[in-house]
Amino acid sequence: MARIDLVDLAHSYGGNDAPQDSFALKPVTMTWRQGGAYALLGPSGCGKTTLLNVISGIITPSRGKILFDGEDITPLSTQKRNIAQVFQFPVIYDTMTVGQNLAFPLKNRGVPKAEIDKRVAEIGRLLDLEPYLNRKATRLTADAKQKISLGRGLVRSDVAAVLFDEPLTVIDPELKWQLRSKLKALHRELDLTMIYVTHDQTEALTFADTVVVMHDGRVVQSGTPAELFDKPAHTFVGYFIGSPGMNIIPAEVRGREAKVGDHVIALNRSYDKLPDGAKIEIGVRPEFVEVVAPAPGLLSAKIERVDDLGRIRFARARLGDAKLAARAPAGFTSPDGTAGLKFDPSHVHVYADSLLVEGAA
Amino acid sequence: MDKTVNQKAWFLVLPVFLVVAFSAVLPLMTVVNYSMQDTFGNNQFFWNGVGWFKELLDPSTDLGGRFLASLGRNLFFSLVILAIEVPLGIVVALSMPRQGWTVAACLVILALPLLIPWNVVGTIWQIFGRPDIGLLGYVLNHIGIDYNYVSNEIDAWVTVIVMDVWHWTSLVALLCYAGLKSIPEAYYQAAQIDGASRWAVFKAIQLPKMNRVLLIAVLLRFMDSFMIYTEPFVVTGGGPGNSTTFVSIELVKIALGQFDLGKAAALSLVYNLIILIVCWIFYTVMTNASAERKPQEGAA
Repeated sequence: MARIDLVDLAHSYGGNDAPQDSFALKPVTMTWRQGGAYALLGPSGCGKTTLLNVISGIITPSRGKILFDGEDITPLSTQKRNIAQVFQFPVIYDTMTVGQNLAFPLKNRGVPKAEIDKRVAEIGRLLDLEPYLNRKATRLTADAKQKISLGRGLVRSDVAAVLFDEPLTVIDPELKWQLRSKLKALHRELDLTMIYVTHDQTEALTFADTVVVMHDGRVVQSGTPAELFDKPAHTFVGYFIGSPGMNIIPAEVRGREAKVGDHVIALNRSYDKLPDGAKIEIGVRPEFVEVVAPAPGLLSAKIERVDDLGRIRFARARLGDAKLAARAPAGFTSPDGTAGLKFDPSHVHVYADSLLVEGAA
Repeated sequence: MDKTVNQKAWFLVLPVFLVVAFSAVLPLMTVVNYSMQDTFGNNQFFWNGVGWFKELLDPSTDLGGRFLASLGRNLFFSLVILAIEVPLGIVVALSMPRQGWTVAACLVILALPLLIPWNVVGTIWQIFGRPDIGLLGYVLNHIGIDYNYVSNEIDAWVTVIVMDVWHWTSLVALLCYAGLKSIPEAYYQAAQIDGASRWAVFKAIQLPKMNRVLLIAVLLRFMDSFMIYTEPFVVTGGGPGNSTTFVSIELVKIALGQFDLGKAAALSLVYNLIILIVCWIFYTVMTNASAERKPQEGAA
């Protein structure tokens, strides 16, 4: 049980002297609350596994510190940190039974046998592995094996955090839901800090109460799923989360107006102090743009196609060189392939060099 | 269903039939034929029935005594080299580097003894061990160890065993190394997190993951050492006395030395049968082991 603080933590596989652009994990300072359910979300190669391995001690960071409850544990080996980790592919000790697998971490730490038996029985019950405790672990299905990997972490009563490295990759889709709800239930029951690495936004958003989005070795935003959706702090978060992702359109912003081409879009807030020379864009989620019949005063776009997702339809439109998606209301048709775009001003955000700019009220 | 009757198809099978007949069936039958007869040279043969086989299994006869003694020596030899080469091979494989240019260097060095023709290996050790001009023999005698593989039985055995270990441990090591390389990194990381000691990692991960290649290594080394001929023949010629005469050496002595074709044929049939049985046992164990693994691979 612990709060985890990362202080100016960074890692480069090329060593500390490598140029900072090449760092797999760029300097980050953040706090993981005790008992929080976190998801570390990002595309492949964004550094999320590196960050996880740094926390668990498999990788020693090139710089910075990791604190567990304020205590610096950076130099400690993996064995000495109270961390449990579940890997992408189930790790099972072939020759052992399920029970022996669960007992392994305790045996290695010299826990008395009576205590081991008690803990194994307890965790077996918690993970619904009781009927298999005396069976060879190799014969079980992938999801049972993942539960055993998790169980090996949970048997240790002193475990500070459980780290998951895309643990559902090899699990059948139907069982994924079950296992994920099991994880949520365990999280509520055990009050453990859980950090869950994934590139699947659905997994991240359903599992976590705080989602940490990483991009190119950097933590670009950390917040609740709703925050990530409503107010992406970075254009990357905008289009990585949500399906389809956020529309990012180059624009000229002055005061309460954004100029796209010759057209002016009203903004809810005033942006007077934009950094000079920065690349200015506006971002708006497709849910808050509506395609309507072309009319004067509306930005007009070419409709390329309309995707019907069942409960909602999205029009794929072209605006000059920019592509964008917009909600198509029921009954919308566009005989000549053009349409007007109606923006919801309260959901139009302004980005300078990809970073969100807070406007003045 | 009606099948077209076309006797011409036999002609298509004929080449294979002939090749197999000349390469396997006829020679084997010749041996079976010889094993039932006695010869005094001059192509004169006399029917002996199962007489030679009875003698082979009876230690009180000359043939049986020689066969059983050499068989015992051979089994002992195989057990000793297995007991040394398998653990040593594992240790070598475990201490090999996992990456970098040193991997290639280690592999080449390990492969070297395997590439040397067997009689050359024998010659190398024959000279290496000589007390007068051999580096090993000279040095040993010089520092006060009385070593002479030509006259001392134990010295001869030690030489033959060390030579085999030198020649073949690489094979076990290379097989084990391949087995170790196939273990995903996550296993080691998980073991680290589980607080496993070096020994626990070996017992819980490395040894179980290696057991299939180890089985192959044991099979190959057992068969090879059980059929060994060239190297001990070159080094000791089966001596001193008969102390390093293994089954194959005994066989050649009887067949080519004494020209007792009947006895030699009976001996080689029994020799062959033993090898087949051992092969079959290993094969059964191996297929059972992989059958046990199947469901796991299917699930993962």
